[in-house]
Amino acid sequence: MKQEEINEQGRRDFLKTAAIATLAATACGSLACSCSSKKAATGDKVKLLSPEGEIVEIDSSYLNHQEHMAIVSKLEAREGIAGKKFVMVVDLARCKNARKCISACQKWHYRPEETEWLTVKLLKDSDKAAPYWFPKQCFHCDNPPCVKVCPVDATFKRQDGLVLIDNNRCIGCKFCMAACPYSTRVFNWNEPELSLDIRDLAYNPETGIPAKVGTVEKCDFCPDRAREGLLPPCVEACPNGVFYFGDENEDAVCNGEETVSFTQLIKDKGGYRYMEELGTKPRVYYLPPKDRQFPVERGYEDLDSNLKKRFESVMEPDKQKD
Amino acid sequence: MELNSYQQKAFQHQRPFLEKYGKLNWLLTFFFLIWIAGGAYALYLQIAKGHGVTGMRDNVVWGLFIVNFIFFIGLSYAGAIIAGVLHLLKVPWGKPFIRLAQMMTIISVIVGPIFILLCVGRFDRLHHLFIYPRIQSPMTWDVMAVVTFFAGAVLFLYLALIKDLAVYRDAGLKGPKWRQKLYKFFAIGYRGGASQKRHLIISQNLMAIIMIPLSIIVASILSWIFGMTLRPGWHSTIFGPYFVLGALYSGTGVLIVAMWYYRRSHKLDQYLTDQIFRYMGYAMMVLAAAYGYFTFSEYFTGWFGSEKWDNELIHKLFSPQEYGWWTLFANLAGIVFPILVVAIPATRKTNWITAAALIMVLAMWVKRYLIIVPTLESTLLPMQDTRTEYVKYSATWPEWLLTGAGLASFFLFFLLMSKFVTIVPVSGLEETDHTHKHVKAPELTNATKEDIQPA
Repeated sequence: MKQEEINEQGRRDFLKTAAIATLAATACGSLACSCSSKKAATGDKVKLLSPEGEIVEIDSSYLNHQEHMAIVSKLEAREGIAGKKFVMVVDLARCKNARKCISACQKWHYRPEETEWLTVKLLKDSDKAAPYWFPKQCFHCDNPPCVKVCPVDATFKRQDGLVLIDNNRCIGCKFCMAACPYSTRVFNWNEPELSLDIRDLAYNPETGIPAKVGTVEKCDFCPDRAREGLLPPCVEACPNGVFYFGDENEDAVCNGEETVSFTQLIKDKGGYRYMEELGTKPRVYYLPPKDRQFPVERGYEDLDSNLKKRFESVMEPDKQKD
Repeated sequence: MELNSYQQKAFQHQRPFLEKYGKLNWLLTFFFLIWIAGGAYALYLQIAKGHGVTGMRDNVVWGLFIVNFIFFIGLSYAGAIIAGVLHLLKVPWGKPFIRLAQMMTIISVIVGPIFILLCVGRFDRLHHLFIYPRIQSPMTWDVMAVVTFFAGAVLFLYLALIKDLAVYRDAGLKGPKWRQKLYKFFAIGYRGGASQKRHLIISQNLMAIIMIPLSIIVASILSWIFGMTLRPGWHSTIFGPYFVLGALYSGTGVLIVAMWYYRRSHKLDQYLTDQIFRYMGYAMMVLAAAYGYFTFSEYFTGWFGSEKWDNELIHKLFSPQEYGWWTLFANLAGIVFPILVVAIPATRKTNWITAAALIMVLAMWVKRYLIIVPTLESTLLPMQDTRTEYVKYSATWPEWLLTGAGLASFFLFFLLMSKFVTIVPVSGLEETDHTHKHVKAPELTNATKEDIQPA
């Protein structure tokens, strides 16, 4: 469907956007000042480097913002956003396996249906315990086993707490995948199908677009959106407000509707980290599935058969398997 | 180069193999090259289409390639230890097969790392390992280890070859002129002079002393690629010694098989004697017992404890529907059978020992598979995936083809090397009392001591 839309729109729009974006980024500053502007000047000045090597200032309205065009340098992408310490809280009492988070993540990152950076598991801790839906992104651990083992520094921990992957550096040895105890990383086993509008984008670890064959990828907490003050798509897409995403330094997390104090939330609802004893120090906290909003069956009944098969052994353990 | 009469005889016996290539060898060469060509095609497919052509997926990220890597590199480390020990012990019965051990060292350290390169997703970015290395990573340690070991192994083999190269250079062998030039170049003017001899002896001793602990260190580093992760069956304190022993054990087996093959094809019964096979059989038996002890410790500890993570792996390894039969084969054929064959005097014979060694080598390959794959299939979080290829690993034909190609290149390297150097080194060869037949007790007669002659 995407292909058709793009084909219909034609190359004209794509070229126009790319041309303006390129021009703005390399900025013929003097040219921008002299030519008539289409949009009203916002008064917000942006510093750019002209081709002659001069720093020039132009009004920010001349920059045509494009999605997924990370405006950070490679060094900034490795260092991270100063002053921030991203953290996520997942309320297991609210999750009903709606899976809107998964599709939103796949849509934002232009990934196919079978690539799940964010996955929902059905966990049952013991025989008598009740099963519960368990959405899992990357935990962005503070003591990440994956970063420890990467031989080429392709995966790295930033000052804002995020663990990202540089897919220009990754050699695809998959040591990080073997080392991650939560099996959160996925690999591009085949040449990824790239739609036209992202194929020629410059790659940046903050966007993770376009995907590259033979490299590892995972949830990145969408730092490109965070720079613009936006929440990750999974947080916004969830109909039940399961995900709270925010900044530990500000002690505030938001689930798209309400913003609450992070420490208070953890304290009130008994937040914990999954498999704390592994010592990886995850940055994702879970609120236990107490006083659930939905019975667990709600997330299972209306699934299509392929998905249902995944959770059959937990939901229907007595069912005869062939 | 001066050779005594015994050494001269050994050289004259092996000379024809250096001078003729032979029809069988041409056939074999052709056969191996076909396999290698097939492997090249499989590699091309893998690079062009991506690793999706293999059976590896997001859970079992390491498969046949890593198993082969561990297997071959283990042989290499074993060869270095065996050759080093034999050299330092200076036992006469060790001299005939020390070269085979050194050849195994060099050839395996070339074939093994090729497999690890195949496993890397971006073949075009391998240089990143050298321009962006991260010292904290066990994989960087392994890169440094293998490179260092390779340099040491080359030096070790080369120093041991110098004396013989001088012999070949001076013998006026029939063959291509460029080979004669190679002999001359690599013999670096060795004429057997006193100071030359001294320098050679010192450097060889030094290399042997270095290679033994180096092998143990690099084998441990290899094990820590797995041992340093948080996975059941891998995150075990025993992993370093486990891998060292496993390497040594399988290396002994391959050496026995190689000796048996060359004994037959080159008619080296006088040099690769039954006594050597018996001694190597003893070594194999002791190593089997040690390896069995380590294996038992691993499984028993995992089974006895209650941790779910370990229990899931043990269950997978021993359940008949999963890996149970393979575990049984690997341990019976790999550990129990060789011990029995060597322990029982009736089967302590060259052919039996070799058969046990061959079966043991296969079983050890299966054992490496059982170390790598079942652990990766036992994830901490439930997989809950309907794609069978993601849940259970099954190798595809490109992987098998590449495995075969690796094996073919292993054999081909041996074949090619045997056309440049003799299998049994001639310089330094010592006559041993290799008759060693059991002397029948003399019948009680009125004969005196002088009348009784040894058999």
